[in-house]
Amino acid sequence: MKEFTYLTPATVEEAVSLYGQHSETAKYMAGGTDVIVKLKDGWMEPDYLISLKKIEELSELRKNEATGDLTIGATVTHAVLEKSIMIQKEYPIIYDAVSNIGSLQVRNVGTIGGNLINAVPSADGAIPMIALDGVALIQGPSGERSVAVKDLFIEPYKTVLKPGEILKKITIPAQAPRTGSAYIKFGRRAAMELPLIGIGVLLSLKEDLQTCAKARIVLGVAGPTPMRAYEAEKLLAGQRITEDILRQAGETAADESKVRDSVRGSAWHRKEMIRVQVRRMGLKCMDIIKNNR
Amino acid sequence: MTTKISFILNGDRISYEIKDHWTLLHLLREEMGLIGTKEGCGNGECGACTVIVDKLAVNSCLYLAVDADGKTIDTIEGLASTDGTLHPLQQSFVDNGGIQCGFCSPGMIMSSKALLDENPNATEDEVKHALAGNICRCTGYVQILESVEAAKRHMSGGGQS
Repeated sequence: MKEFTYLTPATVEEAVSLYGQHSETAKYMAGGTDVIVKLKDGWMEPDYLISLKKIEELSELRKNEATGDLTIGATVTHAVLEKSIMIQKEYPIIYDAVSNIGSLQVRNVGTIGGNLINAVPSADGAIPMIALDGVALIQGPSGERSVAVKDLFIEPYKTVLKPGEILKKITIPAQAPRTGSAYIKFGRRAAMELPLIGIGVLLSLKEDLQTCAKARIVLGVAGPTPMRAYEAEKLLAGQRITEDILRQAGETAADESKVRDSVRGSAWHRKEMIRVQVRRMGLKCMDIIKNNR
Repeated sequence: MTTKISFILNGDRISYEIKDHWTLLHLLREEMGLIGTKEGCGNGECGACTVIVDKLAVNSCLYLAVDADGKTIDTIEGLASTDGTLHPLQQSFVDNGGIQCGFCSPGMIMSSKALLDENPNATEDEVKHALAGNICRCTGYVQILESVEAAKRHMSGGGQS
């Protein structure tokens, strides 16, 4: 690994200012489980590594009980999310996604913000943030701005963040009552695996507990970036949710996905699994809603 | 650049002049000579380099030494008593065939220790979830799980099996 100087700013402003001084010769690092691999492989060769680990406000995980908003700081680790009883109970789709990222050793250090900004097509952490209509708060040299997490990704390894900008936190707006959500990382084995395909479904029901008030179907590894299956969502909105309509949503989601053949699996297999798993995750959402009553 | 860090290593307070780009694994093995912690893949895939940082199992190959400043770090060298008595997990791995070539063993034992310290009554599924990032290429997983289970019973006062 090439030598670098390690900088540990205490505030976001200080971090942005350090980046301003060193510009292209500097890189930000959150947990480091992706960045250190890139440093070792020579894909990144910064002279200055600006650590975000000492910035306290970035590690905040808090639900505002008055508004129902959930704030997840960018340096909250996967393990903190996984072990949070509040996340397990109220945001099962987040738990489903983060509890199988890498290994426990990686989850103890790796962060949700790093998972998003690394921007791989297989980022498990992105799917629940998109399904829950999460909004990313970004701060950089020209101030703060907000971007919906669904619009954060441009292409593999590339987000809308401009040089010097830092992802500060993700805000999840209050969930509607009668909402269920689930994610499955579908791969060949249970552990230490990148998903062949990742499928997240969120359903909100009207008071009759049958009619769909809101649907989110979000796919990972189904294209260059995490994507929403808008047509499949439209098909469910306002309809009575049955296994049959969830099956149709799975067909539609598979059709609008941009899956391709890769070393980990074929496009055909990925489409089949979208078909099956959209239905299964939809049914799981329905169970969660019923069990929470 | 060099930085002076202070941390607690296996119960002892340590100060060390390090280079910013060193990993914790490099510091432990190459600089301090603590070669119980193994380097396998060097990329966070295999868990051979697992150590405990502030009660959490981490891959020391993906953890910068500079971030150890102010932390409490436990490695396999710190488990046995000064008189040589093995930690119950170490003894259990010996007694139950949890060790074959031994390369993954320090990591397996450190991951198991972090789990049992936090959750002394971990179920088999919880043990599997916690050890999923530790790969054994001898594939002696059944005996490893049995070793953890036996150590768990011993440590919770259920007697040695």
